[in-house]
Amino acid sequence: MSGPLLEVKGLKKSYGAIRAVGGVSFQVMPGEIFGVIGPNGSGKTTMFNSVLGQIEPDAGEIHLNGQNITGLSPLQLNQRGVGRTFQTLQVFGKMSVRDNLIVAAQEHRGTMWSRMFAPGDSGLGAKADELIDLFGIRHVADKPAGSLSYGQQKLVDIAMAFMSEPALVLLDEPCAGVNPSLVGGISTLLKQLNQQSGVGKRASSFVVIEHNMDFVMDLCHRIMVMVEGEVMAIGTPDEIRANKQVLAAYLGS
Amino acid sequence: MKKQSAIIFTSVALLALLVAPHFLKSYGVYLLTYWLVFILAAMGLNLTVGYAGQKSLGHAAFFGIGAYTVAIMMKAGFSFWLGLPAAAAICFVTGILVGFPALRVQTIYLAFATLGFNTAAWLVMRNEEQYTGGTFGINNIARPELFGLSLDGALAYYYFTLGVTIVFGLLLFGLLRSPWGKAFTALRDNPIRAESLGVDVRNYTLLSFAIGAVYAGVAGALFASLVQFIDPAPFGVGQSIMMYLMVVIGGPGYFFGPVVGAAVGVVLPEWLRFAQDWYLFVFGSAVVLLMIWLPDGLLSIPDRIRARRESREASAARAAAVTAAAANAGKGSGA
Repeated sequence: MSGPLLEVKGLKKSYGAIRAVGGVSFQVMPGEIFGVIGPNGSGKTTMFNSVLGQIEPDAGEIHLNGQNITGLSPLQLNQRGVGRTFQTLQVFGKMSVRDNLIVAAQEHRGTMWSRMFAPGDSGLGAKADELIDLFGIRHVADKPAGSLSYGQQKLVDIAMAFMSEPALVLLDEPCAGVNPSLVGGISTLLKQLNQQSGVGKRASSFVVIEHNMDFVMDLCHRIMVMVEGEVMAIGTPDEIRANKQVLAAYLGS
Repeated sequence: MKKQSAIIFTSVALLALLVAPHFLKSYGVYLLTYWLVFILAAMGLNLTVGYAGQKSLGHAAFFGIGAYTVAIMMKAGFSFWLGLPAAAAICFVTGILVGFPALRVQTIYLAFATLGFNTAAWLVMRNEEQYTGGTFGINNIARPELFGLSLDGALAYYYFTLGVTIVFGLLLFGLLRSPWGKAFTALRDNPIRAESLGVDVRNYTLLSFAIGAVYAGVAGALFASLVQFIDPAPFGVGQSIMMYLMVVIGGPGYFFGPVVGAAVGVVLPEWLRFAQDWYLFVFGSAVVLLMIWLPDGLLSIPDRIRARRESREASAARAAAVTAAAANAGKGSGA
């Protein structure tokens, strides 16, 4: 299939008199890492949450593999192969790291009825181990996720989004609050996952919101710059770096 | 290690439960049976509250629905063995209905919604006299027979209740070990994240109420036949709060929490009889102190000890590393 994996057309969302997103359109191709940057309050997260069914857009359409997915719930989107991470940490604190990973994919196996009689790990133990090793969190795999350091929890958080082998993953600030030495590690991991180095049968495409410019420029194939709810520019990292308008509005000279 | 000690603990406890009634007078056996009934009810509430995180203050209503279902059906001439599954089925359906508010509201707001349901159910029990006998209740509820064996005696009924409790305990244990257990826990810890991972929050929320309600309903059925006389009194909001207390004191989300919690709720008041008028004061103070000392319940004690030991070991390891580094640095500067 050669069309876009994700296509957003004329997305609009206002909160009362405040226009958070005013007509945003973009396409994400299969296998692509698509970055979204912009100053605080530029509507990135609102756009994200509209795409993910967390909030209902006022106007616009969202297509996944050519199918209209506008207005579907987060659950229905996940069932159609859309994974996500949140801006803030969202792990299941009292469950072990391994169980966090297992629960992240178990609902994709069998039916609700069959899961009642399935083994505790839903046959996902090997898959979880694969990601545990890839993310370098073997030594904490049996600890409650809530007891880990922030950086470790962030890794668990990201790993969870990949457990069900989604076709599209939306990552909201994967590097927020992470120490600089780990940022490079996350970048390497995401590249590996994107090139499906042994993990996942489907090529994962990502949409990444991030403020860390080095990270975005290094990781993403294309970048969209949002300012005040509008798309200012879409292009390769080099094009974005050279765009005078973007430099003035966001990157600074 | 943890698994082994759990197996040993469970076997010893089971043996004690099998032998204990032979050393007790009939009131003691009655009290033990009473305790088992509340273990069963609290196990259900532990699923709803402790595992799935749905703050329900309406559990006693299901307990009452189970009790009245069996009592009314037996008075109408049906067998207990028809009444028991009917009680479970009616509670399952009612549980699903009561779960719907939980899809809109959570925490204290959900607690009030379920409390409202409990009050409404209690009013039906009190006011629909032609069915429930109103405040006079229903008396002379018979005890059932099992394979021709009468369960009339205190001892026989105790073993019957023990058997039912163990069977339902094993069923719950199996459910919690299956993927369902993880889904319930995910729902409790973070419903928004759970949904984004494909966990059907709506189904699991409703089922956590429905399954919890079935346990209360079966407990209620056993209760009716145990006390042989029911009126609306033990099915009010106060009882719901007491059941919630049992779950919280035992340790919400701990499988054996309800066993301990129900002991505190049922047996402790008996032990405190010597305190007479001071009973409620002593009981209340004990609960307050317990909640300050152990907010995660009595069964969190082993976890707390383990956590403390681990942090002590970790800091000892850090101290040793610092000493070793200092020694190395000393050597370096000396050379």
